[in-house]
Amino acid sequence: MSVVDEVIRTEELTKVYPGGVTAVDTLDLAVHRGEIFGLLGPNGAGKTTTAGMLTTRVVPTSGRAFVGGINVWQHSAQAKRMIGVVPQTNTLDRSLNVFENLYFHGRFFGMNARTSRAEATRLLEQFRLSERAKMPVLALSGGMAQRLMVARAVMHKPSILFLDEPTAGLDPQGRIALWEILGELHIGGQTILLSTHYMEEADQLCDRLAILDHGKLLALGTPTELKASVGAATIVTVSADGDLDALARLLEQAVPDSTARVVDRTVRFAVGSVRGVLPTVVQIADRAGHNVADLSVREPTLETVFINLTGKELRE
Amino acid sequence: MTASSIDSATNEQAKVGTAFVALLLRDMYVLRKNLREFIPRTVLQPLLLVFVFTYVFPKIGQGVGGSNGNSGFSTLLVAGVLGSVVLFQGVQSVALPMVQEFGYTREIEDRVLAPMPIELVAVQKIVAGAIQCLLAGLIVFPIAYFVPATKVHLTYHWLLLLTFAPLACVMAGALGLMFGTSFQPRTLPILFGVVVVPLTFLGCVYYPWQKLESIRWLQIVVLANPLVYMCEAFRAALTNAAHMRLIVLYPVMVAFTLFFSWRGIAGFKKRVLT
Repeated sequence: MSVVDEVIRTEELTKVYPGGVTAVDTLDLAVHRGEIFGLLGPNGAGKTTTAGMLTTRVVPTSGRAFVGGINVWQHSAQAKRMIGVVPQTNTLDRSLNVFENLYFHGRFFGMNARTSRAEATRLLEQFRLSERAKMPVLALSGGMAQRLMVARAVMHKPSILFLDEPTAGLDPQGRIALWEILGELHIGGQTILLSTHYMEEADQLCDRLAILDHGKLLALGTPTELKASVGAATIVTVSADGDLDALARLLEQAVPDSTARVVDRTVRFAVGSVRGVLPTVVQIADRAGHNVADLSVREPTLETVFINLTGKELRE
Repeated sequence: MTASSIDSATNEQAKVGTAFVALLLRDMYVLRKNLREFIPRTVLQPLLLVFVFTYVFPKIGQGVGGSNGNSGFSTLLVAGVLGSVVLFQGVQSVALPMVQEFGYTREIEDRVLAPMPIELVAVQKIVAGAIQCLLAGLIVFPIAYFVPATKVHLTYHWLLLLTFAPLACVMAGALGLMFGTSFQPRTLPILFGVVVVPLTFLGCVYYPWQKLESIRWLQIVVLANPLVYMCEAFRAALTNAAHMRLIVLYPVMVAFTLFFSWRGIAGFKKRVLT
């Protein structure tokens, strides 16, 4: 991948907030043209701060950030033309109606009145908001407001679209509608960076993912690569009483090439194949005097990846 | 610098200029849309002030305005009304929406991301505020002229009027930006109760600054009040009455404008950037 195809590049990007909290710690990232790139991590991992430093809103403590080849902090006006931003909260202009929100955004970005009007009309059509054109923005549902913000953010044809926790607070229907829209934009060639703490969203939408915790980059790759890195085909979750650490050690000894660790008062037992494992688990637990309350089997998820990396759950 | 880089620099400036104008366009559009709110909120307070002091009082024989007589007071009040209207408008049209936008709605976000340096987004707020101040002054002027029961004697010093009026308006817009970035929704009542009201009462709205000579300490204290200079400037531009010297008015008003703009822009950046 050549440098030209890098839409975002960060070099040892660091943000230390007053009071000494390091929100982002020497982050090196490259996002390629046309991909949906996800920043995945729990609240406080540094996702929003990273996005903020790339969108001219958070001043980095050190390091450099480029969007579309432009140094964000040296040429902020030019950088702003490269980016489209959908923030976490509803920031639609309440003094303007739905159509006018788009129309004036177009004008800010240098469109003349006629072009801006035509573009706004086209986008309302594309985002299925035409019927609401004359409505005040406060009358829109959460999902519709979100769609309008996405429409606004892509109106000036940015090199990269930023979405910060785009589906937080949306109902399942709204979430699916937004995923569809992002999928369409992706097909149209739009590069997208989204931050999320929903692993399901990251898994479904993203071409590549960066997993962050405490401002550090822990892992980077496609969802498939990341899940494969766990090195197990199956995860057995065992809920039982007694000394779970001891149980985890017993299980590891009993099954070759397996790993077991205690997470959130359950044993997460990673094995190559599930065949014959469940009876073994029950037998071993029984012999050691544990009461098994529940057993579940599933393939590794990004959650598993996160647990492997940090020893804790990525809470939803 | 090569020819092409000069060219792209000019191009860049033009794009920033376009964005600046578009932001102004948005503010003027919203103003036009809300004219039905703008006019009553601008007119009512000065109308009542002029009505009570220069219509009701003379009619019921209650003296006001000292030895000048009623006609002198009506004339004196024109400048004061204009000054206070401009100051009020600066606070209302710039500070209030900004406190709200920073405090609850964050809806300023999209304008902050308009393709121009952040400082210019703040400057645009000052300019939009100044335009509204000018408009408010134009709307209120006939009230101060026609409502009083006694004749108002104005002498137009055009050169002064055409320089002081814009200066006062920009100064009020800049003050609005400074207030707008330094108050929270929670502390907003303080802005009015503790800041704006004293500014108005001690702003030489109802009396010329020179008359304060008999209360020397007050005459000195009010020099810190920007409204004093606005009212005195309008007095100089519209009447033959005694007023503060021009050589003081111009530089002090420019200095206040620069100071408010500097504090306002710094405050804006602080609120927008982390």
